[in-house]
Amino acid sequence: MLRKIKADLHIHSCLSPCGDINMTPSAIAKKAKSLGLNAIGICDHNSSENAAVLKKEGEKNDLAVFTGMEVTSREEAHILAIFDNEDSLYELQKQVYENLSGVNDEDLFGYQMVVNEQDEITELNNKLLIGATDLTIEKIVEIIHSLNGLAIASHVDRERFSLIGQLGFIPEGLNLDGLELSPAYMAEKGKYDYPMSSGLPLVTFSDAHFIDEIGKTFTVFLIENITVSEIKKALENKDGRSVIAYS
Amino acid sequence: MSTLKNIAERFNLNVVSGDTEREVSGGYSSDLLSDVIANAQKDNIWITLQTHLNIVAVANLKELAGIILVNGRQPEETTLNKAKQENIPILLTELPTFEIVGKLYEYGVKGIKKS
Repeated sequence: MLRKIKADLHIHSCLSPCGDINMTPSAIAKKAKSLGLNAIGICDHNSSENAAVLKKEGEKNDLAVFTGMEVTSREEAHILAIFDNEDSLYELQKQVYENLSGVNDEDLFGYQMVVNEQDEITELNNKLLIGATDLTIEKIVEIIHSLNGLAIASHVDRERFSLIGQLGFIPEGLNLDGLELSPAYMAEKGKYDYPMSSGLPLVTFSDAHFIDEIGKTFTVFLIENITVSEIKKALENKDGRSVIAYS
Repeated sequence: MSTLKNIAERFNLNVVSGDTEREVSGGYSSDLLSDVIANAQKDNIWITLQTHLNIVAVANLKELAGIILVNGRQPEETTLNKAKQENIPILLTELPTFEIVGKLYEYGVKGIKKS
């Protein structure tokens, strides 16, 4: 049976250098649940290391969790990779780490905390997660699709680190599953104006870095099960699945 | 004003595509293609580190004189093929942006048109 799923699939944890230290997996899951979201996605910058714990926290809270990542391409465009499970994510992680250089400076960029279900720090990731990989945007989309994930260009309305800002327009032939609009855009123009659609499906997620930003915007999907393949169908308007609202 | 050819010879730039007889009206430097679309002027030489295929389309759209890729960066294969096909000059330098822009400016290539 088709049902309405409120999904905020772009949330950073305390692993992202710019993510607030209070963004632990358990805190994210509790907040999302309290807001009535049905599905969330964890998308830390170039890293996956809090995804499995958030998935478990989601199970405890009856909340679907997509394990994802926000990858930075060599053109410095951000792209969301969204997967059903950790195995695909870890395969992407391998390729991202092989193409990411540099060491984090915590004073400059912030702490990159890997935490467990008890909110204890198990490790401080020392890679330069704020940096760019040496993977082209085309290669990243190809890898995501080879692992059965969704490839969605992040906050395309923003100038910095967005596909449109960095590359001027959506590259021809780039096989994206959708474009994400930021909460700032939705607040200002989103209710009536989607000039950048270029025919691609649109979504909006919060890109939360702080607890209070979770669910600031979300997308409502009409789908049967909470899976990548169902969301893909909704984005493509297939088999009765669809995107029914932005909030 | 100078042609691309003069500039290429003077600063030892490696021309990998396009016709270099074009006159250069001035220069623009940015790695945000959206910004180049908004602000570069016709016949500008554009200095960037971006190597993606979209740089050819931007140069075409803005009728730029050519593109200098800095820091020893090579264009992607798709970029180079398209640049050859569209006759968009791509020139390569080992120098970083600051150095090549400084040299061009000293040589008389300015960023803002004098009225």
